[in-house]
Amino acid sequence: MNDQILRYTLHERVMHWAAGLTYLYLLAGGLAFYAPQLFWLTVFLGGGATARFWHPWAGLIFVGVTAWMHSAWQADMRFTPADRQWMKEVSKYIENKDDEVPPAGRFNAGQKEFYWVMFVGAIGLLLSGVVLWFPEYVPRSLGWLRQAAVIVHEVSALITIGAFIIHVYMGVFMVPGGIQAIVHGSVPAQWARKNHRLWFDRVTGGPSARE
Amino acid sequence: MSTLQIKAISGHAGTVPGRGAQREEGGGVCKLVDVTTCIGCKACEVACLEWNGYPFRETTFDNTYQTMPDTAWNYYNLIRFNEHEFADGTFGWLMRKDQCMHCADPGCLRACPADGAIVQYTNGIVDFQQENCIGCQYCVTGCPFDIPKFNPATKKMHKCTLCSDRVSVGLEPACIKACPTGCLHFGSKEDMTALAETRSAQLREHTSHKNAGVYDPAGVGGTQVMYVLHDIHNPAAYGGLPANPRVPLLVRLWKGPLKWLGNLAMVGGIIGVALHYLRFGPKKEEPPA
Repeated sequence: MNDQILRYTLHERVMHWAAGLTYLYLLAGGLAFYAPQLFWLTVFLGGGATARFWHPWAGLIFVGVTAWMHSAWQADMRFTPADRQWMKEVSKYIENKDDEVPPAGRFNAGQKEFYWVMFVGAIGLLLSGVVLWFPEYVPRSLGWLRQAAVIVHEVSALITIGAFIIHVYMGVFMVPGGIQAIVHGSVPAQWARKNHRLWFDRVTGGPSARE
Repeated sequence: MSTLQIKAISGHAGTVPGRGAQREEGGGVCKLVDVTTCIGCKACEVACLEWNGYPFRETTFDNTYQTMPDTAWNYYNLIRFNEHEFADGTFGWLMRKDQCMHCADPGCLRACPADGAIVQYTNGIVDFQQENCIGCQYCVTGCPFDIPKFNPATKKMHKCTLCSDRVSVGLEPACIKACPTGCLHFGSKEDMTALAETRSAQLREHTSHKNAGVYDPAGVGGTQVMYVLHDIHNPAAYGGLPANPRVPLLVRLWKGPLKWLGNLAMVGGIIGVALHYLRFGPKKEEPPA
């Protein structure tokens, strides 16, 4: 049982960190434009005008990586009946009563929720971001579109930030082994068995896979 | 702004030029455009270009006297021509000098995220500081008059400065200086309001323009640029002057409640996960079997 199981291929890890790093870059610029108290963040991005220039381009990269991720993980991220069971007992998971948590697949329902929040958030950010990128082409009669784009961009960003805080907290602090898995790719077998029982059984031919 | 205004001049015969043109009291400086005496000569446009050092633009022809479609980043000031039929059936040209209104509650300044890119002086002038502008164009979204314009080469925003560089040394704005009919006036807001009220009363009493009035929209807290209009109930006839301009609701929502909600959510999120860690801690690692 001390064997290592490959949880994330190199391809998946590159994908994840490409998304993570572009998101962090976008977050720094976005927060600077969002709050005057955080405008100093632009100092690290080459000044306000430079930050404004690169923000939409970085956004395009983020959207591209999101689409890439979607092509790779779409199937893994579908909600299953097991996820509904898991979601019912989510308070047990939060309270670390892990023995009472129903078994999860390769991704548990919380991870899937995070994925879909970021996916939908990226679409909202893209659509509103295009308007914010080229406001000079929005005629005056469509002024409401510019105003709506600002609101949609900000609300979408705030929702992804909330999800991002939880994601980073869980990966780094709450679930030991989470960060190692996404950096190194392989996980100890007992870790996989504990946190992702259904997936563990599938890749090792365990009991639930034989049903 | 008044620190650079000349009060006395050594060895100088006569009065001090520009003395009394600008006062801190009386609601700041004000430009009054009496639309009813504008002849559409465009001297103000030329003066504006000359003072600001911009080239003249190519004209366009669209079957009217409107020889240029819009203001631009290097064209702050434009006469808008409109052919208009008055209520009594007579025909007239409505010619309005269009430029930044210098709102007391400037939507551009509210919307701007860049530290120091837009300032409002105590004399009421709202001025763009291009060195701090990041080119995001949020000011366009905030402005109810569609005034700020983008220079795509430098990625900076520009608009009428109300000649802050002239006014700060006690001169009147370039457009005022050039006006041949005296339809442009410059002085304190108080004085200009009195002048505008007198003029519109005169129009109501002595001409057929019974609805003449002063355009100083309260929705943006009043403006440092005012108009005397033949018909105060129909500002839209003057090239789309909004009847009741306000900083757009969504912009006020964005810079008001949404900001606080967002700050609360982000700080709350961080506090939330920290509390979770203190209360429940990390998950237990499975001992190797």
